[in-house]
Amino acid sequence: MTERSVAASAPASPGWLSRLLMAREVSLVGLLLLVTLGTAVINPLFLSFGSVRDLLLNVSIIALLVVGQTLVLLMKHVDLSVSSTVGLSAFLTGSLFVANPGMPVPLALLFGLGLGAVLGSVNGLLVAYGKVPALVATLGTLYVFRGITYAVVHGGQINASNLPPGFLGFGTGSVLGVPNLVLLAVAVLIGFAFYLRSYRGGREYYAVGSNSEAAVLAGINVTRRTMTGFVLSGAIAGLAGVLYLARFGTVDATAGTGLELQVIAAAVVGGVSINGGVGTLLGAGLGALLLGVMGSALVTLRAPGFYQQAIQGALLLAAISIDMLVSRRAAKRLQEERKS
Amino acid sequence: MTEPQTTQPLLTLSHASKSFGPVQALSDVSIKLYPGEAHALLGENGAGKSTFVKILAGVHRREGGTLRVAGQSADFHSPGEATAAGIAIIYQEPTLFPDLSVAENVLMGRQPLAGLGRIDTRAMNARVTELLRELGVALDPSRPVRGLSIADQQLVEIAKALSLNANVLIMDEPTAALTLSETDRLFRVVRALRERGAAVLFITHRLEEVFAECQRVTVMRDGTWVSSGPISDYDTDLVVKQMVGRELGDLYPRGEMTLGEVALSVRNLSQPKMFSDISFDVSRGEIVALAGLVGAGRSEVARAIFGIDPRSGGELRIGDAVIPPNSTRAAMSAGLGLVPEDRRQQGLVMDLSIERNANLAILNRLTGGLLMNRKAEAENAQNWTSKLQLKAHRLSDPVSSLSGGNQQKVVLAKWLSTNPSVLIVDEPTRGVDVGAKAEVHKTLAELAASGLAVLMISSDLPEVLGMADRILVMREGQLVGELSRAEANEEAVMYLATGQRAGAKQAGAA
Repeated sequence: MTERSVAASAPASPGWLSRLLMAREVSLVGLLLLVTLGTAVINPLFLSFGSVRDLLLNVSIIALLVVGQTLVLLMKHVDLSVSSTVGLSAFLTGSLFVANPGMPVPLALLFGLGLGAVLGSVNGLLVAYGKVPALVATLGTLYVFRGITYAVVHGGQINASNLPPGFLGFGTGSVLGVPNLVLLAVAVLIGFAFYLRSYRGGREYYAVGSNSEAAVLAGINVTRRTMTGFVLSGAIAGLAGVLYLARFGTVDATAGTGLELQVIAAAVVGGVSINGGVGTLLGAGLGALLLGVMGSALVTLRAPGFYQQAIQGALLLAAISIDMLVSRRAAKRLQEERKS
Repeated sequence: MTEPQTTQPLLTLSHASKSFGPVQALSDVSIKLYPGEAHALLGENGAGKSTFVKILAGVHRREGGTLRVAGQSADFHSPGEATAAGIAIIYQEPTLFPDLSVAENVLMGRQPLAGLGRIDTRAMNARVTELLRELGVALDPSRPVRGLSIADQQLVEIAKALSLNANVLIMDEPTAALTLSETDRLFRVVRALRERGAAVLFITHRLEEVFAECQRVTVMRDGTWVSSGPISDYDTDLVVKQMVGRELGDLYPRGEMTLGEVALSVRNLSQPKMFSDISFDVSRGEIVALAGLVGAGRSEVARAIFGIDPRSGGELRIGDAVIPPNSTRAAMSAGLGLVPEDRRQQGLVMDLSIERNANLAILNRLTGGLLMNRKAEAENAQNWTSKLQLKAHRLSDPVSSLSGGNQQKVVLAKWLSTNPSVLIVDEPTRGVDVGAKAEVHKTLAELAASGLAVLMISSDLPEVLGMADRILVMREGQLVGELSRAEANEEAVMYLATGQRAGAKQAGAA
């Protein structure tokens, strides 16, 4: 340690932290191409316009939810309640449309955002102010929000035929061939990716998750940052609920059930660490896309239905294991580099 | 050197107190920090030094008294306010963001901005490169903090303090985990900071550092102020006496030794890349020290003997039993105990009670049928903690509430209750204050006198020379020599440990 190679201090070098993170995204893209092309070779219909469009529409809701989930995961928390928020938002927005068929679409989106923010603030209050572990708090609200949905729905359901054509048009419409929902999800994803990477507020999510004690000492208001993260996660889930309604048209009390685990899986596959402080939205978005592509590839390849989930789970485990290996090796290299 | 009497102090705290519920942690403490001076804050563990620092850091609020910083009266409600007043704290365990880059760690919340409020990464890295250059260290600002040594992390903290234009630096035991060369580098940086007119407050247990590097001393005991003054008014004896509040018997109470039969026998122990061909014996009744530089492979040998790490060859006997590799269980049941180097991580379960920790190694003996025998548990813990004169309120208190020296006694109690014949102690007094150090030494001497074979790994040369009957010296994974108590002196050990005569200064990890 006395002698050190002075290979440091090229100030503007991109730094191989970002290079390392890039490598993660590169490998995701590679895997994505492999699965897509591999499946397309066996069944060319996989790349047909309709099939790709369907896939992207399905992924867009997960990809949107992944944004909020990543904010929370970066802070070493988790938000399990998003699926219930999606369900409640979808149903209430639908009811609103049934009552006021003339409601403009932007207002519906705003309603979803607002409702989600309120639900998210419940999580935020519990975790940030009540110091309840996020896993427990959001597990609780997962059931509470779902229960409220059941109570409100009361056995009923929203049908596409009851929804105004303007809203359904928004759900099926597209700009230059790209579906509206996909555009919206990508816009949110890119916006937040930029925020997380290049803004002080965004970096605070990483700081809090990396070492919350140090964050306090650095003058970061950890409580408020945590609160904000959960409110954003809720708001985004509320927005996703409106998109869910637009996509499927028919919504009952079980809408969105199970989405939370798919979202967390997508984030983790995309390189967001459940230990906080590590991950990018680009990666998380790619993770969502990869899981979506794998899901539909398994269908296209006529994988036995019963095994599909098992295969997806195995892929998730593989992704996490590789991630652990890579990061362990990286840590070792960092130490050795410093020593030599 | 500026004349302290004529300059204004940068920071004056007078008559501050602090209590936590019924516990009076600090009462009527005062200190003055002058620009360009290093000031040592001394006291045993539990004397209230940490509480004191946290008041200056704005973590705790003081009760009563006045605080003046740069002539302004101040009252900190949060760490941010202390930082804004120019006070920077460097904690023993740096509080950094391991996942973020060095540059972001230094400038978190104050990153330079480009247009639209974006962070200007290029400017950020350039700024931090500049700061690190001022400190004379070569660190890539864009690398993550994860993987940096503690010494480097402290330098990142110091860079942070510089970037805040802090003129009061408070360092809480900064050298406890550093190698010699890293300590040298730290003091070089501190001297440079003093030359710029900063005031530095040091908390340390290493008195030789105090006399070498500090100009002024404040001694605390039991949460109260004992004395302050220029270093020239003090000597080691006075400082120790004031800290401990009583005459401190012999720091190295090694009595006569009566040698028993061989208890631990190591032959040709090897582990690729770590150490090779290590052979030695330790008999009942003696304390054998394993000396050497950090990184020489001493702890690795201990871990291999205890069966935590694999060994590629060699034979190991405890008493008459041959111990197979990788079998901690076999080693333990043959009568081996290991007091590890890292007390908090490896020696104790910090959140468990003293009693539970003391019983951890003999749980199978404390059962009554299927369930734990609560009475036997309490008796065993009571027995050993009182024999070791553990100072604790209740044995049901978490072990984290104890001071370092008392924690070490709990680790000892855990192993002694297994009724061992051989005890390996790895850095038994690291991070332990002088008073507790003497007690740990006394305990080790008594244990050896009662027929235990003790193998002591230590980087503290006076401790090695004062306690050991024989000294084995390791260098780069080899056992390079053995010194008897009569032959041993500082120079002889360092010569073997470094392979060089003293004077040619080479220290730190090889």
